[in-house]
Amino acid sequence: MTATLGATPTIVLVGHGMVGQRFLEALAERGLTATHRVVVLCEEPRPAYDRVQLTSYFSGRTPEDLSLTDLRFIEDHGIELYVGDPAESVDREARTVTARSGKVFSYDTLVLATGSYPFVPPVPNKDAEGCFVYRTIEDLLAIEEYAKKARVGAVVGGGLLGLEAAGALKGLGVETHIVEFAPRLMPVQVDEGGGAALLRTVENMGLTVHTGVGTQEIVVGEDGAVTGMKLSDGSELAAGMVVFSAGVRPRDQLARECGLEVGERGGVAVDEQCRTVTDPRVFAIGECALASDGRVYGLVAPGYEQAATAAATIAEDEAAFTGADLSTKLKLLGVDVASFGDAHGTTEDCLDVVYSDSRAGLYKKLVIGKDGTLLGGILVGDADAYGTLRALTGSVPPVSPESLVLPAGAGAPAQLGPSALPDDAIICSCHNVSKGTIRGAVTDHRCTTVPEVKKCTKAGTGCGSCVKVLGQLVTAELEASGIEVDKGLCACFSQTREELYEIVLTLRITTYQDLLDRFGRETARGTDGCDICKPAVASIIASLAPTIGASGYVLDGEQAALQETNDHFLANLQKNGSYSVVPRIPGGEITPEKLIVIGEIARDFGLYTKITGGQRIDMFGARVEQLPLIWARLVDAGFESGHAYGKALRTVKSCVGSTWCRYGVQDSVRMAIDLELRYRGLRSPHKLKSAVSGCQRECAEAASKDFGIIATANGWNLYVGGNGGATPRHADLLAQDLSDAELVRLIDRFLMFYIRTADRLERTSTWLERIPGGLDHVRDVVVHDSLGICDELERLMRAHVANYRDEWAETINDPEKLARFVSFVNAPDTPDPVVGFVPERDQIKPDLPLLSIGLRPAEDVLEGSAQR
Amino acid sequence: MTLALETTGLKIQLRLDDAWFTVCDLSRLLPGRGVAALLPYGRQVALFRDRAGELYAIDNRDPFTGAAVLSRGLTGTHQGRPYVASPLLKQRFDLVTGQCLDDETVRVAAYDVRTA
Repeated sequence: MTATLGATPTIVLVGHGMVGQRFLEALAERGLTATHRVVVLCEEPRPAYDRVQLTSYFSGRTPEDLSLTDLRFIEDHGIELYVGDPAESVDREARTVTARSGKVFSYDTLVLATGSYPFVPPVPNKDAEGCFVYRTIEDLLAIEEYAKKARVGAVVGGGLLGLEAAGALKGLGVETHIVEFAPRLMPVQVDEGGGAALLRTVENMGLTVHTGVGTQEIVVGEDGAVTGMKLSDGSELAAGMVVFSAGVRPRDQLARECGLEVGERGGVAVDEQCRTVTDPRVFAIGECALASDGRVYGLVAPGYEQAATAAATIAEDEAAFTGADLSTKLKLLGVDVASFGDAHGTTEDCLDVVYSDSRAGLYKKLVIGKDGTLLGGILVGDADAYGTLRALTGSVPPVSPESLVLPAGAGAPAQLGPSALPDDAIICSCHNVSKGTIRGAVTDHRCTTVPEVKKCTKAGTGCGSCVKVLGQLVTAELEASGIEVDKGLCACFSQTREELYEIVLTLRITTYQDLLDRFGRETARGTDGCDICKPAVASIIASLAPTIGASGYVLDGEQAALQETNDHFLANLQKNGSYSVVPRIPGGEITPEKLIVIGEIARDFGLYTKITGGQRIDMFGARVEQLPLIWARLVDAGFESGHAYGKALRTVKSCVGSTWCRYGVQDSVRMAIDLELRYRGLRSPHKLKSAVSGCQRECAEAASKDFGIIATANGWNLYVGGNGGATPRHADLLAQDLSDAELVRLIDRFLMFYIRTADRLERTSTWLERIPGGLDHVRDVVVHDSLGICDELERLMRAHVANYRDEWAETINDPEKLARFVSFVNAPDTPDPVVGFVPERDQIKPDLPLLSIGLRPAEDVLEGSAQR
Repeated sequence: MTLALETTGLKIQLRLDDAWFTVCDLSRLLPGRGVAALLPYGRQVALFRDRAGELYAIDNRDPFTGAAVLSRGLTGTHQGRPYVASPLLKQRFDLVTGQCLDDETVRVAAYDVRTA
């Protein structure tokens, strides 16, 4: 079966990895999916996913998170994607591909993107039970499962992938050894000095490194499973599992079998257009291709470039792939490692500039040409300058080379920003986006935020290493083009919430009126302000109360007038004007006696009861004048306010943890209670939710919380910025294997930094996406104290904890405040006649009054109730 | 013994038809915060006092939801005019005229108010 003349020409793509997917996108961009039938044969059981970020599976990203394939895209472009059905053979004569399922596809153009396979040294027992490779999601799932019964694991290979695998094993609670044949870690990317800095940091993390030794044999027990390995220096290493991660080899089997020329050390030989040298109808791209410069590229950026080149060639456009930059920036085991350009100084007459600080695990080397041109470099421990340096490579930097590697404060002049870069400097090497294109996105396409620029240019959507530079460029460009972005909080204040926080803290301002009259916009001074800034300022004053000398009680003095009705009545307003009541149940743990009290109160006041998502009990249908009566009984029984009404800490959910659960590894209930009691009453820019899970099974759903804690065999992992709701976001891992004290200290800092810098009503998830530098920046600030503010953040939290008082206990003991809880000022004993109820399912529900006018459109209603 | 101006004796009054109806002591009103009061025939009014001491009175019923809650909203100044934002769906109402600022077709009753 061959294509007949006049029929739609067919492109068959073999392999649906990252490069394959990029190739499909390039076809679509060129309109080729409209003029061609496109068939994709994918071996793995799932379509293309982000293999570069594979390890992030262990910090909580699901296979779905890693997916690169939008099925809408596949569908919209009429692409025929066969998942789990690899190509078995190619008949170049007949121009057909046969898949494992037996399906035969004719092609006019065949594109091989078969990728690579992990190299496993040919040692005895390499296929024994307990031996793994590290390449696909399926490999990871298998490793995760097996790691449950292994105490010690060995990783063969100390290169980039080896360190990734080692980090993953360690994260699974396995004692991890790295066996590297070369005399140093990451021999391809870093030199001896960089390797030494890396070694110290990796060893400090508790991993054991064996360099300069090879694997001779895998030792197995009687049941055939791995028990250890024999090394080339004669020693033996006991290990319950072995992960081979010693590099990859091009998958060129299919090409060999159909007579395509392959290189001596593998790889399908192609020309500059990525066309195989043997057959003009066949292309090869990505890790299976031997490029015209004689190299096989194992990085994603060159693969993407090859994909674009092949698509352009098929579209009969001019394009060529003549070689690529091997620059890489990675974070391995939490250590930044970057190398770029001529990292090893192979250029004639080049010189090195080296800065090394073994104590801090820092190593920075720049390779400089005779004429002062920056040729390349290696950064270990701190790769912040990578984006700028890589873009400067090939030019003479505008400042002296040593100032580029010296740390700030050690005689280095101001850091060289991206504004110093020329327009043609490549900022995003994954998608080949230049500084000029990014500037154009701001000036011509009117993008004003990093997410908009990412969407417009694709920059920063690959490996993500350039996002920091991207942020700086966007800001600089916005400022330069004089675009007036009014970042003011509202019509009353031209400052952002963050700026107001700093003003309140620094000048110890304790009232809203004082702040408005001194720092408000001219037109707003002396007025009554507005309903946007009043609660925002009230929240700032409440967060800082003990430190600035304001009352920490939100109903005191002027503060009472600033609160939304929920905070003002310390309860949640419901649609008919009644309120709901949520007592605090720390960690979701409650005694039968207290449950009975809640039941009795709800029964006596006729309240509707419902279990909340935060492991507590909500009682609905209370009238204003009933609130103090209800709370008098709750306080009497030992309950406190649950702050369900406030932009404040809500709950810290927990699973039962190691006390009861046979899988639990830590006492999650105790930790949840401790945290809930520590942060109760903390006012913040938006509500704060938390959870603690006692093991990796994550029954408490901590990864969907503002700060979530998951127990490990060695302590606690802290995740931040998670969110459920309408825009779900999986939390990011901030730090691993923390002790109790380390965990609390880090959360103290994180929360106070968030409260300090977030916008009004900005959850941690959006804050983390918006804040320049994102998660890395936040980690620098709260873990590494890069701004030197951690002492202050901790002090602020200590003051909050020391000054916490239960708002409801305080209110029911204050006759003046109680006088506000009346239905009518002139008839305090008459219930509001509008608040009525009707029965439903053995409880009550609001009897809604008839409306004289229609409701607003549903969209507005949703915005009003969910956002505020 | 106090030397401050004595205000406790002052009462807030509303004009209903042609008579002034006494509601409560002025001291019951916190600047920036409202209270609800019951009128004859079951009507409800929301009373407010701004930071300059001006008093306002509008109907307490939020026309968008039917709940009697306008007295519990946050107040502010919009283009020089005082307003209250409904605590339910946040529509704003001019405190002098009762006009909704977010929907020109909606208006609630406003009352004359004085101290005596």
